[in-house]
Amino acid sequence: MSEPGSNRTPETGAFFQRDRQWHPPALTPGYKSSVLRSPQKALLSFDNTLSELTGPVFGHAMIGERDNDLIHNFAMPGESAIGERIIVHGRVLDERGIGVPGALLEFWQANAGGRYRHKKDGYLAPLDPNFGGCGRTITGEDGSYAFRTVRPGPYPWPNGPNDWRPAHIHFSVFGHGFAQRLITQMYFEGDPLIWRCPIVGGIRDKAAVEALIAALDMQSTIPMDALAYKFDIVLRGRRSTLFENRPEGN
Amino acid sequence: MAQSPDRPKESPSQTAGPYVHIGLTPNFCGIDGVYASDLGATMVNDRTKGERIGLRIRVLDGTGAPLKDALIEIWQADADGLYNSPSEMRGAADPNFHGWGRSPTDMETGLCSFETIKPGRVPFRDGRLMAPHITLWIVARGINLGLHTRLYFSDEEEANAQDPILARIEHRVRVSTLIAERQGDAYVFDIHLQGEKETVFFDS
Repeated sequence: MSEPGSNRTPETGAFFQRDRQWHPPALTPGYKSSVLRSPQKALLSFDNTLSELTGPVFGHAMIGERDNDLIHNFAMPGESAIGERIIVHGRVLDERGIGVPGALLEFWQANAGGRYRHKKDGYLAPLDPNFGGCGRTITGEDGSYAFRTVRPGPYPWPNGPNDWRPAHIHFSVFGHGFAQRLITQMYFEGDPLIWRCPIVGGIRDKAAVEALIAALDMQSTIPMDALAYKFDIVLRGRRSTLFENRPEGN
Repeated sequence: MAQSPDRPKESPSQTAGPYVHIGLTPNFCGIDGVYASDLGATMVNDRTKGERIGLRIRVLDGTGAPLKDALIEIWQADADGLYNSPSEMRGAADPNFHGWGRSPTDMETGLCSFETIKPGRVPFRDGRLMAPHITLWIVARGINLGLHTRLYFSDEEEANAQDPILARIEHRVRVSTLIAERQGDAYVFDIHLQGEKETVFFDS
């Protein structure tokens, strides 16, 4: 049920259908791993049932004080991660333009040299002993969020003979219904690698790619400390229940 | 020209990549001390109502090889068929059951395990009861947009035969791709991403 202190009436309308021409299709052969991991048969379409309309909620109590500070949440006392210090902030909205409050955001990334803290990453760029690479936060009443980190570096990956990922931060987002569940990646304004990347290139519409590029936001910088990037995330909107026909079958 | 609806579009999805564990299960991949535990790792406690069951799930690629870098999330009703969600208007769900779980596939074997309870039946939009089921969401390297499917239970034959979603599957031979086989206290479920035994995935 509602989180304590919330006076919002829960919404129960069905979610807008996903525009699968806007999202990358399952099979994008330029991104080689998709070839054997993409379904070939048609998806089964149906209007949301309660199983998709409902979704888990996460209380603010689960968030630790440093969960949204990647510069310090893995660092030794008195130390901090190496790299270009940045604030990433924005809002989680839905397709009606309404802020999504109480949304859990999780993010992960490589360090400033493009190296991930993961045993499967064998890139020769070194680990930063003060950087783990994970963080999380929950959006406020207006859907806003912010975290502090270092700008990740680009890194090479075994796809084509000389493919490099643009600098990016992975985002995982929960809305209010499980049908809104989304994982995406944020890129940085002006990075020339964006338009050469086969993973980005799976998205066919240029405007859709641009929706994943965070803008440099000088108004939100901290002078003599950190630059800032603004990145809004849009989740599926939902229909009003005004004209729903007994959605719960009661 | 007419007015434009001018709505923002949903953010396009991108793959979770091979290092999804860093963000979603950091303790599993050796990043200790940032979070006390991995979110969604424990679903039941001593007071949770319902029959304890295990889920043993694998995700197989087009060659039949198990994915060793996938991550699965599950979402399900409690033993009485109520969801622990603000959008659940029929009553309060079991306070000792959150209903959501998350587990990576094992990096050596590709096996993904959940310890949970068997869910109760939930009504479809017209009030008919759906068969007990668990919603699955699968992400991995090579998957551009999370895949949505359901796990139904082999020992619920009668309910499965009446389920409105299973009834929507035109090619009846494919219904079995959504039914997990009971083995003792656990259900075994192989998800085939492509090929002859391809699992039915949803757009909902």
